[in-house]
Amino acid sequence: MPLFLLGGALVLGGCNAPTFGAFRGATVQGKDEFKLWVGMVIAGIIVAIIVWALIFWSIVRYRRRRSDEIPRQFHSSLLLEIVYTAVPIVIVGFIFYFTVVTENEVDAVSTHPAETIHAVAYRWGWRFIYQDGNGRSQGVIVQTGAEPALLAQSPNSPLYPRLVLPDHSTVRIVLTSPDVVHELYVPAFNFGRNALPGHPNVFDFTTTTTGIFQGHCAEYCGLYHAEMLFSVKVEAASQFQQWLTAQQSSQAQSGAAS
Amino acid sequence: MTLLAERPSPLSHPEEPEHGHEPSGVLNWLTSTDHKVIGKSYTITSLVFFCLAGVMAVVIRTQLASPDGTIVSQHTYNELFTMHGSLMLYLFAGPFAFGGLANYIVPLQVGAPDMAFPRLNALSYWLYLTGGLTMIAGFLTVGGAADFGWVAYAPLSNAVNSPGAGPDMWIVALVLTGFSAIFTGVNIVATIFYLRAPGLTMFRLPIFTWNMLVTAILILVAFPVLTAALILLWCDRHLGAHIFTTTGGGVPVLWQNLFWFFGHPEVYILALPYFGMVTDVLATFSRKPVFGYRGMIFATISIGALSTAVWAHHMFTTGVVLLPFFSLMSYLIAVPTGIKFFNWIGTMWRGSLHFTTAMLFAVGFLIVFLFGGVTGVLLAAPPVDFATHNTYFVVAHFHEVLFGSAVFGGFAGLYYWYPKMTGRMLRERLGQASFWFMFIGFWVTFLPQYLLGLHGMPRRIAEYAASEGWTGLNRVSSVGAYLLFISVAIMVVNFYISWRRPIVASGNPWDGQTLEWAAASPPVHHNFTWLPPVRSERPVWDFNHPEHTTQQHRQSDHATDGLVGVATTGFTDTGEESE
Amino acid sequence: MKVESHLLLFMASFGAVIALIYWFFSYDDGGTAMLTAFALLGLLPGGYYFWWSRRMAPRPEDRPEAKQSDGAGVVGAFPGSSIWPFVLGLGAAMTALALVFGFWSAIFGLTLAVSAVIGVIVESRRGGAY
Repeated sequence: MPLFLLGGALVLGGCNAPTFGAFRGATVQGKDEFKLWVGMVIAGIIVAIIVWALIFWSIVRYRRRRSDEIPRQFHSSLLLEIVYTAVPIVIVGFIFYFTVVTENEVDAVSTHPAETIHAVAYRWGWRFIYQDGNGRSQGVIVQTGAEPALLAQSPNSPLYPRLVLPDHSTVRIVLTSPDVVHELYVPAFNFGRNALPGHPNVFDFTTTTTGIFQGHCAEYCGLYHAEMLFSVKVEAASQFQQWLTAQQSSQAQSGAAS
Repeated sequence: MTLLAERPSPLSHPEEPEHGHEPSGVLNWLTSTDHKVIGKSYTITSLVFFCLAGVMAVVIRTQLASPDGTIVSQHTYNELFTMHGSLMLYLFAGPFAFGGLANYIVPLQVGAPDMAFPRLNALSYWLYLTGGLTMIAGFLTVGGAADFGWVAYAPLSNAVNSPGAGPDMWIVALVLTGFSAIFTGVNIVATIFYLRAPGLTMFRLPIFTWNMLVTAILILVAFPVLTAALILLWCDRHLGAHIFTTTGGGVPVLWQNLFWFFGHPEVYILALPYFGMVTDVLATFSRKPVFGYRGMIFATISIGALSTAVWAHHMFTTGVVLLPFFSLMSYLIAVPTGIKFFNWIGTMWRGSLHFTTAMLFAVGFLIVFLFGGVTGVLLAAPPVDFATHNTYFVVAHFHEVLFGSAVFGGFAGLYYWYPKMTGRMLRERLGQASFWFMFIGFWVTFLPQYLLGLHGMPRRIAEYAASEGWTGLNRVSSVGAYLLFISVAIMVVNFYISWRRPIVASGNPWDGQTLEWAAASPPVHHNFTWLPPVRSERPVWDFNHPEHTTQQHRQSDHATDGLVGVATTGFTDTGEESE
Repeated sequence: MKVESHLLLFMASFGAVIALIYWFFSYDDGGTAMLTAFALLGLLPGGYYFWWSRRMAPRPEDRPEAKQSDGAGVVGAFPGSSIWPFVLGLGAAMTALALVFGFWSAIFGLTLAVSAVIGVIVESRRGGAY
C-alpha cells in the first residue's frame, strides 16, 4: 500500500532512505524537503510499477493471435471506474497533507535569526551584505563580478563570490535584484528562490553541515547566465565570527583609503 | 463557387460530385478552402518546423556534450534554445494537432462536409505560416533571433535587456500564430456543435473529437491572454509603458502570471489532442470499444477545467504565489489523468492487440507519459519544486510529457491517419525501426537529464564547470539525441518512399471504428458519399461487425437506413448564396 | 444543443467558483480577473445555447434514434476556392510587422487586408469567384 510506505518513509526520516539521486540536504529546510522527496518518490514508483505492469501484461497477454479474432465487446465497469477515481483522490489527499506540512517548515521564517544577509543578484554576479541584529549594515559586502574564468574554477576558488554562513544557526536571507529575475539556487540545500526586481524575497537557512557548496543562478537572465556562479561556505560559528571581523576591518581600511 | 453541401441521402440518386473547376498545384494550395488541403498544409508545415527545431536540439546537445562547449557561442546558444522551445511549442506541437490532424480528421469524424468556416480556416493557415516564417526570420536580423527563452520573462524581454528586431519579430510571430490558433479554435467548436451527422449525439463523438472540443475551448481561454500580454510587452518595449518594469511602478511578476495563465492551459492544448489520438488508436488496434467512454470524456473535461487553475505552479520559486492552492489543483489533475490511464489499459484488456507502428507509438506514449506524469506530481509539491525548479529535472519532466504526447502520441496519430490523408500506406518495417530508435533514444536522452537536474544542473546554461561532474551524463544524453535524430530521419525516408512508390490504401485499412473510415482514402470533395447509421460511438464498426456491437437491438436499422445510404449525392452548384 | 450548453455552463461555473475561492485566498487582481473572464467566456455562449435548447426541437444530431435520412437536404453553404484568405493573411502579417519595421509596412498590409475583405464580400454576394 503506497500510503503506508509514504508515511513510513516520512516517519523514518531521511537518514537511511535511498536518495534517488537527490541531495540529502545540508540545512534543516533541505532535510525536510528531502524527506518529502523520498516519500513521494516511493509512492510514485509504486504507482508507476503497478500501472506499467498492467500495460505490459496487456501488451503481452492480449497480442492478436488470429487475424479474424474479435474479442468480447465490453465497454465499462462502473464499480472499477469508481474505485480508480476514488483511490487516487485519497492518495492525492495524503500527499497534499504532507506537502503542506513540509512547505510550512521550509518557508517558516525565524523572528530572531543569527544573521541577516542581503543578497543581491545582478547581471551577472552576486553581492552579499551582512547586517547586524538591529538591521544596520555591518558594512561587509562580498562581491565579485562574473569572471569569464569562473567556469574553469572549482567552488573552493577565492574568485567565486562567496556566501559565508555560520554552522548550526538560522540565517535570514533577503534576496533582491536590481535588473532582471534571477534565482539563488543551492543544490546541496535543496533550495532555490527567485530574486525579483522590486520585491524582496525573505527566507531562512538553518545550517547543519560545514563545507563549501556550489551555488548557481538558476533563472535564465541573459547572455552570461551560465557563468553567474557563487559558492556557499558553512563554517563553525567561531570561525565565522573571525571571518566577519576580518572582513569588517579590511572593509574599513579600504573605505578609509578611498 | 459556393457549394451547397447536402447530406448524403438515401433518396437522392447516385451521381458524380462535380468539382471540375477546382484549381490544382500551387494555385490549389493558395486558394483552397477545403479542410483536407488546409489540414495537409498545416501538417507538412508543422513537421518542417519540428525538424528545424530538432536540428537545433541536436546542436544544443552537441554543445553540452563537453563542459566548455565550443560548438556555438553563448549568444548563439541562447538563441538556439529559445527558438527550439518556441518552434516546438508554438509552431509544432499545437498546430500539428489542432491545425493539422484535427483540421483533417474532426470534420470526418463528425460526418461533416468541411469545417464550419472554410475561409476562416484558410486564413488561419496563412496567419500560421506567415507567423512561423516571421519567427524564423528573426535569425536574419542584425542582433539575431529572440534569446530570452520561450517564456520571455519580463524584464529580461524589455527593450533595455533584449534590444533589436529579433525579439520584436518573435512577438509579432506569436500574435499572428495566436490569432491563427483562436480562429481554428472557433472553427473546431462550431464544426462539432453544428455539423454532426444525424444520430451522432455528443456522447457518441469519438474521443479524439471530444478532446479537440475541450482543446478548442482551452485555446479560446488561453490564447487571448497571451496575445494581450504580448501587446503589453510591445508597449513596454516601444512606448515606454513600464507595465512589467519596476521603474515606472510596474510589476515584473505580472508577466509571469499572464504568461502562465496562457501557458498552463497551453500545456494541455498540447496534450489533450494526443490523448485523443492515442485513445482512438488503442481502441482500433484492440478491436474493442473505448473502455469507460463517458469516464474518459468527464476526465477530459476535468483536465480542461482544472488546467485553468494551476498556472502558478510554474512560479512556486517566485515566492509571491499561493502555494497550497496551486499545489492542490495541480495534484488534482493527476486524478483525471489517472482515470485516463486505467481506461486506456481497460481498452486493451482482453482485446486483440495488433502492433502496427501506430499502436507501437501509442503504447510507447503510455509508458513514457506515465513516467512524465509521476515526475509531474513530484514537481507539484512546492518544496520539491524549490529543489528542482529551473534544473534539468524540469527539462526532463516536460520533455517527457510534451515529447511523450506530441511526438509519440502525434506519430501514433500520423501513422494511423496517414492512409486516410494520402490514400497510401507507410512501410511498416521502416515505421517500426523508427519507433524503436525513438523509444530507446528517448530514455537515453531524458533519464540522464533527471539525474543531472537532481545533481544541480540548471537549465539554459551554455557551459558548465568540469568540476561539477556532469560531463558523463551529458554525453549519454547527447547520444540519445542523435538516436532521436536517426528515428526522425527514418520517418522522413518512409514518407519519401510512400510518395515515390505508393502502396494504395483502402478506405478502411485498419478496421477503424469511427466515421472517418466510412469515407474514401483520401476522401472525395466534401468528404462522404454515404454514411452508416449512427447508433453508438463507433458507427463504422457497428456497420462492419453487426454481430459484435455493444448493443444488439437495432438490426432493423441496418436494413432500412444504412444500406440504402450507399446512395451517393450531391453537391449542388448554385449561383446564389443560401442561408 | 443541451449537452453543448451544459459543457460550456459547467466550464463557466467552474471558473466562477475557482475565481471566488482564489480571490478570498490571494487577493490577487490579475489571476481573479482572468478566471472571471474564463467564467464569462463559458457563460455567454453557454447561456445562449441553453436558452435556445429549451425553445427548439432537438436536431437530428441531438436525437440518438435519428436516421441518416432525417438529415437529408442542404447542410450549409460552403465556399469554393478563394484567393482572399491568402491575401487577407498576407495583409494581416504585413500590418503586424509594422510593429517591427515601422508604419510603412502597415500601409501595404492594410491595403491588402481591406481589398481582401471587399473581395470576400463581393465573392459571397456573387456566389463564388470561380
